[in-house]
Amino acid sequence: MPEGLSGQPLRRREDARFLTGAGRYTADLEAPGALHLHVLRSPHAHARVLGIETGAARTMPGVRLVLTGVDLADAGLGPLPCPAVVRTIGPLVVPDRHALARDRVRHVGEPVACVVAETSAEARDAAEAIEVSYDPLPAAVDGRAALAPGAPQVWMQAPGNQAFRFERGDRAAVEAGFACAAHVVSLDLVNQRVHAAPIEPRAAIGRHDAATDSFDLLLSGQSVHNIREQLAGPVLGVPADRVRLSCPDVGGGFGLKNFLFPEHVLVLHAARLLGRPVRWVADGSEEFQAAVHARDLQGTARLALDAEGRFLALHADMAADLGAYCSAFGPGVPTNSISNAMGTVYAVPAVLLEVRGAFTNTLPVDAYRGAGKPEANYMMERLVDAAARRCGFDPVALRRRNLVTAFPHRSAFGITMDSGGFAEALDAVEALADRAGFAARRAESEARGKLRGLGLACFLETARGAPGEWAAVRFADNGLVDLALGTQSNGQGHETSFAQVAADRLGLPFESFRLVQADTALVARGNGHGGARSLHMGGTALVLAIEAVLGRARRLAAHLLQAAPDDLAFAAGRFAVAGTERGVDLPALARAARDPANLPDGMAPGLDAEADNPSDLITFPSGAHVAEVEVDLDTGEVALVRYQAVDDYGNLVNPLLTEGQVQGGLAQGIGQALMERVVYDPDSGQLLSASPMDYALPRASDVPPLPVRFISVPTASNPLGVKGAGQAGAIAAPPTVMLAVLDALAPLGVSALDMPATPERIWKAIHEASGGGARPPA
Amino acid sequence: MYDFDYHKPSSVADAVKLLSADPDARAISGGQTLLPALKHRLNRPTYLVDLSGIAELRGVKREGDKITVGAMTRHIEVQNSPEVKSAIPALAYMATVIGDIQVRNRGTMGGSVANNDPAADYPSAVLGLGATVVTDKRRIAADDYFQGMFTTALEPGELLVAIEFPIPEKAGYAKMRNPASRYVMAGVFVAKTKDGVRVVVNGAGPGVFRQTDMEQALSANWSPDAVAGIKQASEGLNSDIHGSAEYRAHLVSVMAKRAVTDAG
Repeated sequence: MPEGLSGQPLRRREDARFLTGAGRYTADLEAPGALHLHVLRSPHAHARVLGIETGAARTMPGVRLVLTGVDLADAGLGPLPCPAVVRTIGPLVVPDRHALARDRVRHVGEPVACVVAETSAEARDAAEAIEVSYDPLPAAVDGRAALAPGAPQVWMQAPGNQAFRFERGDRAAVEAGFACAAHVVSLDLVNQRVHAAPIEPRAAIGRHDAATDSFDLLLSGQSVHNIREQLAGPVLGVPADRVRLSCPDVGGGFGLKNFLFPEHVLVLHAARLLGRPVRWVADGSEEFQAAVHARDLQGTARLALDAEGRFLALHADMAADLGAYCSAFGPGVPTNSISNAMGTVYAVPAVLLEVRGAFTNTLPVDAYRGAGKPEANYMMERLVDAAARRCGFDPVALRRRNLVTAFPHRSAFGITMDSGGFAEALDAVEALADRAGFAARRAESEARGKLRGLGLACFLETARGAPGEWAAVRFADNGLVDLALGTQSNGQGHETSFAQVAADRLGLPFESFRLVQADTALVARGNGHGGARSLHMGGTALVLAIEAVLGRARRLAAHLLQAAPDDLAFAAGRFAVAGTERGVDLPALARAARDPANLPDGMAPGLDAEADNPSDLITFPSGAHVAEVEVDLDTGEVALVRYQAVDDYGNLVNPLLTEGQVQGGLAQGIGQALMERVVYDPDSGQLLSASPMDYALPRASDVPPLPVRFISVPTASNPLGVKGAGQAGAIAAPPTVMLAVLDALAPLGVSALDMPATPERIWKAIHEASGGGARPPA
Repeated sequence: MYDFDYHKPSSVADAVKLLSADPDARAISGGQTLLPALKHRLNRPTYLVDLSGIAELRGVKREGDKITVGAMTRHIEVQNSPEVKSAIPALAYMATVIGDIQVRNRGTMGGSVANNDPAADYPSAVLGLGATVVTDKRRIAADDYFQGMFTTALEPGELLVAIEFPIPEKAGYAKMRNPASRYVMAGVFVAKTKDGVRVVVNGAGPGVFRQTDMEQALSANWSPDAVAGIKQASEGLNSDIHGSAEYRAHLVSVMAKRAVTDAG
């Protein structure tokens, strides 16, 4: 890696904009003449729609359009597709998901009708005047319960509510492993349903140009090309090149904004019908009931060990709740994504993953920060700690005994890990954890009526997201250089990190680069933001594009300097003839390249170049974390008092941004461990956690300082040597924190506890373990 | 939010006139409950009567053995009031743990007590100290004022003007917050006054209520241990996704013990 800006903890170039309120978000943007769209949603979890009376609404002040599912059917709009490809046993059932429900609603919040009016208030007023006649039906609410006999049926074509069966692994080898095991641990685990809850809710502005029959969708999204692919042909029935998607600044996505949503279809269709821009901004509470949810995987996980504690086999039998429909990647998360990380950092010779996907009368479930990897890591770390506790192994020694230490390592599922500092991270975190001093800290906590626990967990991320990425480097007339990428920043700081990469390689000032992203008109192709992919997928494409630029520049420089290309040395932005003072710098070459008279024969004008990175390689970020908690015995409240991460993300382009990403992910993981939970009423299917008043999100006071120590084991799988850092915190924190809570409660005999470890759950666990009366500390 | 008209009177008399003229008019003080309800279209007043322009509703004064807090006095003012801090430190402390800094800068004591949210803080102090609720028409003893969830003795058009707190010998407050909303899951206010001991529970039930078993125990022996072992019955307590009635009942004992510790 070149010396220079790469590796420097530069502050974000975006900071001034974001921190002074100058960010431009979709809802902030002017759209002259725009109408406002409001969605009327189902109040029922499951009901037949007997009729929709819109007459009164249509005549209300300011109303320009009222649409129902019948209108969309008449207009020939297709259902929202599910592009996930999963090798299931038998078919994957993908029921039609229309932008507006037709004869039946299948979850609270499902769009039933929409009103477009001159003002948002008028649209809301009119929506209240729409009368929908419902015939409520029994609701299937829980994934595992939905798969049991006798559950209410969500879809006729999915008997028993089964969306798919998925199996991966060598069953015979796993059975053999369990058969000869000295120890077997088995745990029932729930990775609860959560909501990503980005601060900026979804929003969109749709436009249609009748002259060219083309669409323009400005949205708060993460993946303009993929959303366009799902929207243009399958739903609108037009070629992709007649649909432009672009995003201004996006206030957090975390996966949730990767998907095509019904509201995107509605604003475009309404704009086409009305000939005016149509805008929609979700309410905060609309997001809880009508965006997507995440995780929601429950079942049994088992680990087989020999007498010395070596892992022999791993088996997971899980039910995945997909919600009422297959969202874009919904079926892929609990199958493909989990598979990549099964066994995590450990050498497990035999692994079997069985998953049944369930339809329920709940909001669809899809990818959220980590998507499958949090689930794989949580089950593994819970099993390893339970094995240590039950079989008498030291938990760190048991981990160390089973870590992958020789690379490349081929996992039981055939995934080849090229590199990793697993043992190094574990050693480092153990040293930082000061386990020897823990007994004293525990005693000190006990003196204050608190139970202290220490949790230590390893994690493996399998980072890539969608394979392949595109980048271009374009020299503007004003001397600036545009870096166009198919990846997308939602606040991660790409304007800074990609400029660092380019500045070092092109020898141009950091300030001379502008990032171009998230616009199908300006970016040829790409896979957006998701899966911790930007730097290794997009950064590699950028490096390839830069190499192409330099190739062109070298040819032109040789021509202008009348030297052989190989005789030129490039350094600090300048090509020079070796051993002479003759040379030419890159900006001069960019200017010269515009005039064909300056060019060698056969060379097209300009230095601009683009490149595709065809790689589908996964990177393997990893680490080991330690947490300490104090549990209030009287109330069950948990205070996370200490946290330390030791992580490997390969080379770091900007350690400050990496640290920030890890810390943000940790906060979300801490939220999942201790407080976040989407709750539907088990009978009615009503959403009980419909706003932050009932859905507990972590606050600053819930999060202690989160130091991150980096160990950098570069990967050869990409030219930057980087590994994806974006999701790791949300993967590592849930097991680390939960193991600390379980360690605190172990003296009371508590061994079963699911996330989130809320005060009431902990009180109940203590209460039940002590046979009815809360016990003082042991 | 639906459209509504807006009035900002500068006297109690004018405010009462406005509120009496229309049963669908609503008074707004700090707006910490009403504004979210309006935003969610859960409330549709014809007009709002903004009390913030009425100087006589604001402020804290000490007269003899009582502290009078004007209805429009904001939580932050209670928290910082030298009179409250010296006479009833438990009340000043309570103000410091209401909501967050934004809420404390907007919310008012009168708004909280008039609304009588079961998860509010102030009602427990009002009942626990045997305070008097002063309206434009009359004086209402706290024992008669609170009538269950969001229900009080206030009549339509009647305006809460001030609350008079007798200064106790000692008082204390402890609560556990709801993990999501940070409203009260279960709280206990204890006070020892010349009229006896009071133990009032908030957050756990549909409204504030006195815990008489604990009152008797503390009358006999004012110490945290005296209440720690007294169990609150769970029947009738609130139950939701954050805490069952049984859990809240358990918390009542814990918070009572902490409140007595706080009182000293």
